[in-house]
Amino acid sequence: MIDVQQLTKTYHDTVAVSNVSFSVKEGETLVLLGTSGSGKTTTLRMLNRLTEPTSGKIFIDGKSILSQPPEGLRRNMGYVLQGYGLFPHYSVSENIAIVPKLLKWPKEKIRKRVDDLLYKLQLPPDQYRNVYPNTLSGGQKQRVGLARALATNPPILLMDEPFGALDMLTRFAIRKEFKELDELKKKTIILVTHDVHEAFDLGDKIGLMDKGKMQQLAAPPELLFHPANDFVKSFFKQHLFQLEWQSIRLKEIWNDLPEAGNDIHATLSGGHSLWEAMKELAKSNAPVYVSDEKTGLRKEVTFEHLKIAIQKQKEQN
Amino acid sequence: MEEQQSLWQFMVQQSDKLWQQTITHIGLTFTALLIAVLIGLPLGVIIARRQKFAAAVLGFAGILQTIPSIALLGFMIPLLGIGALPAIAALFLYALLPIIRNTYTGIKEVDASVVDAAKGMGMTDGQILLKVQMPLAMPVILAGIRTATVINVGVATLAAYIAAGGLGEFIFGGIALNNTNMILAGAIPAALLAILFDFLLSLLQRMQLKKMRRLIVVLPVIVTALSSFYVFSATDKTLLAGFTPEFMGREDGYLGLKSKYHLNIRNVVISDAIMYKAEFEKKLDVISGYSTDGRLKEYGLVTLKDDKAIFPPYYAAPLVRKEILEKYPELASVLNLLAGKINDSIMTELNYRVDYLKQGPEKTAKDFLIEKGLFRRPQNGNKGTVRLGSKIFGEQYILISIYKMLIEGYTNLRVETKTGLGGTKICFDALINNQIDLYPEYTGTGLLVILQAPKQQVAKLMGNKDSVYQYVRKEFKKKYNLTWLSPIGFNNAYALMMRKEQAQQLNIETISDLKRYTDRE
Repeated sequence: MIDVQQLTKTYHDTVAVSNVSFSVKEGETLVLLGTSGSGKTTTLRMLNRLTEPTSGKIFIDGKSILSQPPEGLRRNMGYVLQGYGLFPHYSVSENIAIVPKLLKWPKEKIRKRVDDLLYKLQLPPDQYRNVYPNTLSGGQKQRVGLARALATNPPILLMDEPFGALDMLTRFAIRKEFKELDELKKKTIILVTHDVHEAFDLGDKIGLMDKGKMQQLAAPPELLFHPANDFVKSFFKQHLFQLEWQSIRLKEIWNDLPEAGNDIHATLSGGHSLWEAMKELAKSNAPVYVSDEKTGLRKEVTFEHLKIAIQKQKEQN
Repeated sequence: MEEQQSLWQFMVQQSDKLWQQTITHIGLTFTALLIAVLIGLPLGVIIARRQKFAAAVLGFAGILQTIPSIALLGFMIPLLGIGALPAIAALFLYALLPIIRNTYTGIKEVDASVVDAAKGMGMTDGQILLKVQMPLAMPVILAGIRTATVINVGVATLAAYIAAGGLGEFIFGGIALNNTNMILAGAIPAALLAILFDFLLSLLQRMQLKKMRRLIVVLPVIVTALSSFYVFSATDKTLLAGFTPEFMGREDGYLGLKSKYHLNIRNVVISDAIMYKAEFEKKLDVISGYSTDGRLKEYGLVTLKDDKAIFPPYYAAPLVRKEILEKYPELASVLNLLAGKINDSIMTELNYRVDYLKQGPEKTAKDFLIEKGLFRRPQNGNKGTVRLGSKIFGEQYILISIYKMLIEGYTNLRVETKTGLGGTKICFDALINNQIDLYPEYTGTGLLVILQAPKQQVAKLMGNKDSVYQYVRKEFKKKYNLTWLSPIGFNNAYALMMRKEQAQQLNIETISDLKRYTDRE
């Protein structure tokens, strides 16, 4: 779907992005991870030509984007930024309607779509439609920013530190919502973040960048267990414990867990990570139960089981 | 002054004029403002986008702002003549800086992430400007327009100097005539206009951000509507007069022209400093001037005969302390050597040499005395000292230079000169307080300013130069123990003047002749 080849951006003598290549399949989420100055945001901004590449090629569905007028390109990509970028002089519904209006949608269609999105993002339309951004909380602004990017249901979504301006608690809550949002499930998403947990939480693939170069581009567990170089290894070292726990799903250790009765209430499913299981355990100090989505079989999870599983995973690699 | 008039009475009595001046004032202000917005706003937008021009454009507009307003109006005359056009041009230049600067700043200050988002959503540059940058910059831009408006209301009072009308007519007329009511009748409405427009614009400025989008449409409409108040007066074929603010308010001026001559001449109010030039450049046909002004010669003007005698005679003569004449009996005859020697055209010529040929009063005086065969080398005597005073303009400097040479050439007395005594009051006070011994004074000034003769008395004397002279001579002797010696010969009175060719072409010699070309029934 998106194919980036040898993308380079230099400012005078400074190289911001150097020879970066990657491709993203339809429906996939690629997270560009790195510290500030790593070139991740510049890379993202070249995808909708807010920054023009010095050299390299970008194809979307096989067509080079550098030969199209940038405005048309941008209207077909959702764009969410860290500072939200909401128009302070536009109401919530007007903010969301910006791109549909640029594309000259009929009024009624715009109205319906706006209400639909507000509803899905848990901003009751009757309450929020006509308010102005300055009255919204950070989380609400972020939802409006997301709704605005989704308004015309573009196949591609570019997100630049979308949760960066939120406090920790809100960030987790919104991220959770974000993962569960139907609208986002089929999108091809490229997301920029400096937050390792966010990258592991959301990315199908993670591209770790440093000094303008792509250090490693891989699925999350691979980055942890098969780092491509010393930079990748040391970058994740400090986060290693939590990341390991996040990168493994309960269904992967299914066979090592004891069976439990089928009438026991299960709070977890096979898709949850060991990290989430541990959080659940920490709540009650009692065993928690996991059910298999397909078979409905229940199994018991304790902290001991989890630790053994991690140990096993390490040995295997 | 028969009765002290209240400000309110004055304003009611002059309500027509006041209303018309106010409308003109608003018209000038907003026409200039409209043009400044039309040019300044796009300029501000351009320099916000092309940073490299910003310093140059802002610097240039800043320099314009530092030119004193009266000087800027002066610069406009050779380029645009007189009237509304140069006034609007000058006001426009003043309004430019705050508008350009605030547009520039306003756009620069728009939150970068908002502009980034707009761009990222696929808005074109034009859409970003109109839908995002302009509305968000609008409070700052409005602050600039507000500043420009207040500046313009203030500077527009000076438009009266170049015949563009407005409330300055009352203000400067009042200052010239020492009429406080008249000053206030112009100054108070001007101040109120400034306060009113400032307030209205502050309301717009404080309007909530969300309404700013509509303002982009509404604002030009409002400004255009206000500026359309001003309709350039249709030019017709009758003669156009330019009168100083002082002349407009004087009985021996415009009021007399109306009451005695029944002259309804189309006129504009204009500053004395530029009136002659404007006449020369054919922007005006008739002006009110002084009959011995050097500029008459410079610009080839002729004075019209005051056939109904509304202008009192201003014959110049030495005004001397009686004691000094008794102490040095030879003085009177020496001073009287000049009696009758300088007529209007000679005085005009002498003024011309000093004011335009920049010859210096001493040289001019010496040349004149040599031409007349009156010059004698100074005797360098030490019999005593005579102190001569003069008012602060060229003609007086010439006269006391001549007197100095005569006294030092014909007697053993020495002369000490005290030139540049501000005005009539200062000269006269110096004389009666024994600070000076003599200075040249004018009979009309003696009659109207010093003696402040009653109106009936003035009316009786008016037409006859000799009776005015005799009257002031008698009264000064009685009241102040001062002596008027024989008149020098010229009459530096108010006069209406025209260009020589035009006067000949239209066959106009007297003020009454003017009526053939001015009456609009």
